[in-house]
Amino acid sequence: MKTYEQINDRIDSGKAVVLTADEIMDYVDRKGLQAAAEEVDVVTTATFGPMCSSGCFLNFGHSKPKIRMSEAWVADVLVYTGLAAVDVYLGATQLRHGDPANMYPPGEFRYGGGHVIEDLVAGKKLQLFALSYGTDCYPLREIRTYFTIRDLNQAIMVNPRNCYQNYNVAINRSDHTIYTYMGKLEPRQKNANYCSAGQLSPLLNDPYYETIGVGTRVWLAGAQGHVYAEGTQHAGGVGRTPDGVPTGGAGTLALTADMKQMRKEFVRGVSFIGYGVSLSLGVGIPIPILNEEVLRRTCVRDRDILAPVVDYGADYPQNTGKVIGHVSYEQLRTGRIQVDGRTVEVGSLSSYYKALEIANLLADEIRRGDFLLAAPIAFLPKDTKMKPLVKREPPR
Amino acid sequence: MNDATVTKKLMFYFPKCECDKPIIYHLVKDHHLVVNVFRAKVTPEEEGYLVLDVTGTEKEIQGGIDFVKTFNVIVNYSGKGVIRDEERCTHCGYFTVASFIGALKIENDATRKIAYDESQCIECLACIRVCPFAACTSAF
Repeated sequence: MKTYEQINDRIDSGKAVVLTADEIMDYVDRKGLQAAAEEVDVVTTATFGPMCSSGCFLNFGHSKPKIRMSEAWVADVLVYTGLAAVDVYLGATQLRHGDPANMYPPGEFRYGGGHVIEDLVAGKKLQLFALSYGTDCYPLREIRTYFTIRDLNQAIMVNPRNCYQNYNVAINRSDHTIYTYMGKLEPRQKNANYCSAGQLSPLLNDPYYETIGVGTRVWLAGAQGHVYAEGTQHAGGVGRTPDGVPTGGAGTLALTADMKQMRKEFVRGVSFIGYGVSLSLGVGIPIPILNEEVLRRTCVRDRDILAPVVDYGADYPQNTGKVIGHVSYEQLRTGRIQVDGRTVEVGSLSSYYKALEIANLLADEIRRGDFLLAAPIAFLPKDTKMKPLVKREPPR
Repeated sequence: MNDATVTKKLMFYFPKCECDKPIIYHLVKDHHLVVNVFRAKVTPEEEGYLVLDVTGTEKEIQGGIDFVKTFNVIVNYSGKGVIRDEERCTHCGYFTVASFIGALKIENDATRKIAYDESQCIECLACIRVCPFAACTSAF
């Protein structure tokens, strides 16, 4: 049994024993659970993949004379201005002004909110264009100027839904090619795509949210941030394996961190042909080895984690809830799975390579004493379920 | 120089002035090369590009290249029509749907690092269309 304080003391003194979620299983197999739980202080987990529910608040400071900004665009991408003067929210999936979207399908979606966020973090100079209706206190009605992230007072990433605990394997059983946020899917289940770091993924190493909660310090694209709430659509009350590993989406995290401290290689705009734009993000979360049970859960392997195979040709868009079957991440990583007795080629949207890099970077930061753990101030619910949107009659 | 037959992948860049010359014809007829063109954009009065495999003995291939160089054509031995930007690539593994030929593949099972084998690339350009990170681009 260890406490957060004891672990932080060891980190502070540069003595902490830190392993990645990729290394811990073999270590525990060698040392035994009890000895390993005493020795190991932290296991680092990580993921890198598209996380559409991401964005950032930007504060521009005031011009002379002042403008309130009631409509604004950064690099021609619309930002939300229904906030106090010169505060805006830039969302990852916002399209660039004039993008034809899927008017001539499949659209290319070469640039949008996610790419603006990437360019901001990369320190590029971007255009701000803002309009306003003019008030006595904010008389200016239009401004066009150029800025970098260094010119902003604040650039705070605030992501309502990141780090899905587990995710669907997308397949297409229809007779035509479809373009989805899970990539291009050939007809008659010719290929499948998945999107999870599996055994490295944060919430798969803490399936009951025993250490990852509100207030947990996280590594968000190189910056130190934290979990500020349960993520949107967080639903811990799903089917689980006997070991407690969810066999579907389940938990999510709402994350925030200072974008000025982020590294550009972990904040990447993405274009999904025929679907839209998004942002791929790198997240690392340390798990404090408080006891044997916490350690045991970090020893989860790809072969123990099952992902649901879902037909994006019909069941997903029609929200039937139907799952074709389950496959393990071990099977997915071979590049081939069996569906209905047929071999299906598999691709990944999440980068295990980058996730591993992040888990190692975070482990190094902790070993150097540069990253301390924060105990949760509130836990995430374990039993909530997803509610559907119901089409109701207007109230009388 | 031995007489064994080899295949080399080359890219020719044609400046505007050389686009009307029947270069491929001479490679076949005078230099006895088997030519397999993957992709070409050669239009009179515009600059042009040609990515091809040439098969023959080392001597024949060298003769062909020397002949091509008598024009203002630039011969690229590496850096072909499809370029993969190491920095933009996140090694996600989504390419499998595009690169069925195996030019992009997982080089290391433990790290899942992706390697690009240019010599295997047939320039179908499918990766350029689907890569979410725009890591693959075309020279023309």
